Amino acid sequence: MSKMHVKMTVNGKPVEGLAEPRMLLIHFLREELDLTGPHIGCDTGHCGACTVDLDGTSVKSCTMFVAQANGAEVTTIEGIANPDGTLHALQEAFREHHGLQCGFCTPGMITRAYRLLQENPAPSEAEIRMGISGNLCRCTGYQNIVKAIQAAADELSTVKEAAE
Amino acid sequence: MNDQTPTAVERAEKLQGLGSKRKRVEDARFTQGKGNYVDDIKLPGMLFGDFVRSPYGHARIKSIDKEAALAVPGVVAVLTAEDLKPLNLHYMPTLAGDVQAVLADEKVLFQGQEVAFVVAENRYIAADAVDLVEVDYEQLPAINDPFKAMDADAPCLREDIKDKMEGAHGPRKHVNHIFTWTVGDKDAAHAAIDSAEVVAEEMITYQRVHPCPLETCGCVASMDKINGKLTIWGTFQAPHAVRTVASLITNIPEHNIRIISPDIGGGFGNKVGVYPGYICSAVASIVTGVPIKWIEDRIENLTATAFARDYHMKGRIAATKDGRITALDCHVLADHGAFDACADPTKFPAGFFNICTGSYDIPVAHVSVDGVYTNKAPGGVAYRCSFRVTEASYFIERMVDILARKLDMDPAEIRMKNFIRKEQFPYQSVLGWEYDSGDYETALDKAMKTVDYAGLRAEQRANRDAFDRGKTRKLMGVGLSFFTEIVGAGPVKNCDILGLGMFDSCEIRIHPTGSAIARLGTISQGQGHATTFAQILASEIGIPADQITIEEGDTDTAPYGLGTYGSRSTPVAGAATAMAGRKIRAKAQMIAAYLLEVHEDDLEWDVDRFQVKGNPEAHKTMAEIAFAAYNQAIPGLEPGLEAVSYYDPPNMTYPFGAYLCVVDVDVDTGVTDVRRFYALDDCGTRINPMIIEGQVHGGLTESLAIAMGQEIAYDEIGNVKGGSLLDFFLPTAVETPAWETDYTVTPSPHHPIGAKGVGESPNVGGVSAFSNAVNDAFAHKGLTHTQMPHDHWRVWKTAERLGLNG
Repeated sequence: MSKMHVKMTVNGKPVEGLAEPRMLLIHFLREELDLTGPHIGCDTGHCGACTVDLDGTSVKSCTMFVAQANGAEVTTIEGIANPDGTLHALQEAFREHHGLQCGFCTPGMITRAYRLLQENPAPSEAEIRMGISGNLCRCTGYQNIVKAIQAAADELSTVKEAAE
Repeated sequence: MNDQTPTAVERAEKLQGLGSKRKRVEDARFTQGKGNYVDDIKLPGMLFGDFVRSPYGHARIKSIDKEAALAVPGVVAVLTAEDLKPLNLHYMPTLAGDVQAVLADEKVLFQGQEVAFVVAENRYIAADAVDLVEVDYEQLPAINDPFKAMDADAPCLREDIKDKMEGAHGPRKHVNHIFTWTVGDKDAAHAAIDSAEVVAEEMITYQRVHPCPLETCGCVASMDKINGKLTIWGTFQAPHAVRTVASLITNIPEHNIRIISPDIGGGFGNKVGVYPGYICSAVASIVTGVPIKWIEDRIENLTATAFARDYHMKGRIAATKDGRITALDCHVLADHGAFDACADPTKFPAGFFNICTGSYDIPVAHVSVDGVYTNKAPGGVAYRCSFRVTEASYFIERMVDILARKLDMDPAEIRMKNFIRKEQFPYQSVLGWEYDSGDYETALDKAMKTVDYAGLRAEQRANRDAFDRGKTRKLMGVGLSFFTEIVGAGPVKNCDILGLGMFDSCEIRIHPTGSAIARLGTISQGQGHATTFAQILASEIGIPADQITIEEGDTDTAPYGLGTYGSRSTPVAGAATAMAGRKIRAKAQMIAAYLLEVHEDDLEWDVDRFQVKGNPEAHKTMAEIAFAAYNQAIPGLEPGLEAVSYYDPPNMTYPFGAYLCVVDVDVDTGVTDVRRFYALDDCGTRINPMIIEGQVHGGLTESLAIAMGQEIAYDEIGNVKGGSLLDFFLPTAVETPAWETDYTVTPSPHHPIGAKGVGESPNVGGVSAFSNAVNDAFAHKGLTHTQMPHDHWRVWKTAERLGLNG
């Protein structure tokens, strides 16, 4: 099958490559760019392990062709940390509050939460639960994930207030 | 001692040993997307394997045409049973003494069965080629009901063994029969039931479900033809057992096989067995000389690898009029699917189902289990439980509730009345187990006080009254379960898998500067072993947990062990870790005696050091001792500081707990709302309370899924009806309630640190609490028992049957 030229910005860096138009974005990220943080858990768009941020919205990268992402700005878990190299408040909070066990859903879950907290910087527990309902976790029972996201929201708002 | 000298308490805190809520060392890589799971592995020249699978539940293969597939550019090979036969690899041994087709030989026996293995340059080409392999089938009648499998005129499913009427577990009484397993005194149990004042009888079905870890199964096999070494990275919960099995079936010497379990994205029993994908990948790598990757997709995972349960349990429980249980009898029809691929210890074809007397002092009992073949996927794994323990727990906890209804007794009262008493431990159960320790009354009493059980029942009476007056359309249910598990398999004298004794191991090396590495025969799949095993060692040898590396999962470096499932890591490998630590400490004591110029009996251990009795100023810390082990010539002692322990547990451990669920059922919609769930666990000594709580949250969420929605069902012609996440219920954060956790501590008397294991308790105890709650909601309307899963449709049907949703 003939290949097409795709260009996009991934984690702030311009990237390009040749890919079959039918190649899924998740496979392009994992196999062509070696960004193996996002995972494949279901192939049917249910589990959210493949969640990445694309042009300011959460996207399940197993339900999107790489061709559709041509020209997009993509952020994966590998690009979530702060510009100075320190961990993002969510990454710290997931560890602090035991919001992960096997770690397989974690990249997608944190990437989703990263966008959720920009959509809603002070979510209630119910809003967090609804906001991450596209991401499945088989280990934690979500309770500590919710706690971690709440803690990160508090931390980020404290930092923001201090800056203002 | 001056003010700057840390006290023993301060030094102990610094170790982050037993009881510390230590943060996990695993998390840094996972939160940054730097985990290393099997699908992340990329080797030069690597090809991809993919399966052609049967669309039918039962069919004869008339022909397979590979030509069109082989003509696709990028396709390297298409393997079928005919290609594996010369290698004698078209069948492989299962862990249960049966054989399983690696690639279907003449017949397919379940939908999704592996028929051909396509090897191609990438996964897209492999998928294209899979569609082009033409298989001509002649469809045969399928058996999806285990009760019909044993009919006199039922077709023979397993033609490969139709003349072999002596199975791995004794005689087979029908071509579709696998084994009969019995425990207990049948005549005495039946006599006691026949003469009892009250008998409750019920058919309890625990539906077929699937562990469904978020990461599916897969491997990368790489044959190094120059060195003759086969390396397989894969989703293996028992890497050493896989190495031995691989050696036995390929005839590659065991030292030339290296099995590596990288990070594993959840297991829950799904990743204990050996699957055709592993064998085909290894064969393809041997043939092609390049690495082969095989990763199943979710539909393949749900339809072909490792289902759980499918137990059909006919029970009778007898009691006196005042509620004293006098006898228990159970017959199980166990649907094992097309091949017997359970991963039970050899002598236990129905696992430890004979723990089904539960937490109760029952004087006489009898159990028999018949395993049968059907046209369903093989498996029967222990899904987040010890072998068949969740089935046993569900059975007894439902039966006790049903008996309570019949006696018009409160479910808590009947449990209290029949508990094994604290002073009866160690307790010999009538079905053959020795329960190590327990204090059930204290645990249930604490649970009832915490939730205000009497208040809940009063609220329920008010709710029922309001319902009858038409003031509400919701019924309140209160579900109680009091489970006892049997985990930590197990003593080598009666527990083995394929002849391999179920001990486990730990090997420790202390480095000259006082840090350490410990390697174990287990493998974490999210349990946090690198965090908790270091805590056990920190308390044993006085080295801070942060300075101890834990390594698992590489058979070239780790000592032999039987792996992680059945809550055996803490009871067995955790014990090995403590025992190896004690060997380190024993040698350290000799070194300290030499350095301090005293007799070793004059020394005492104090947190992180040996000190002279009565003179704590004279001491040597573990760090000082470690350096001396490498730097001093000590008469009579070898240099270095290392130890290894292979721990054969003297008994299983018996964690227990009291769970309580409050559910509101909408009779018009069947919607169930879990308003409250309280879980009290007693897992003996608690190593890391944060991790325990996390394990309980996760297990409860799995039990919610099982009780309230999961089922892998088949239609009459063998189609799987729940084979993708469209149909198979995994709760999201929205359906999952908030969990309340609590604990009591009753240490195991035979475990070196008193720990019992906890990861599976919430699955074992949770399912019956949910189910009891739903049944309880309708109990006053005449419901005795309704089968799981309690999804909205079934609950609505129950309400309709009882005439409630007019």
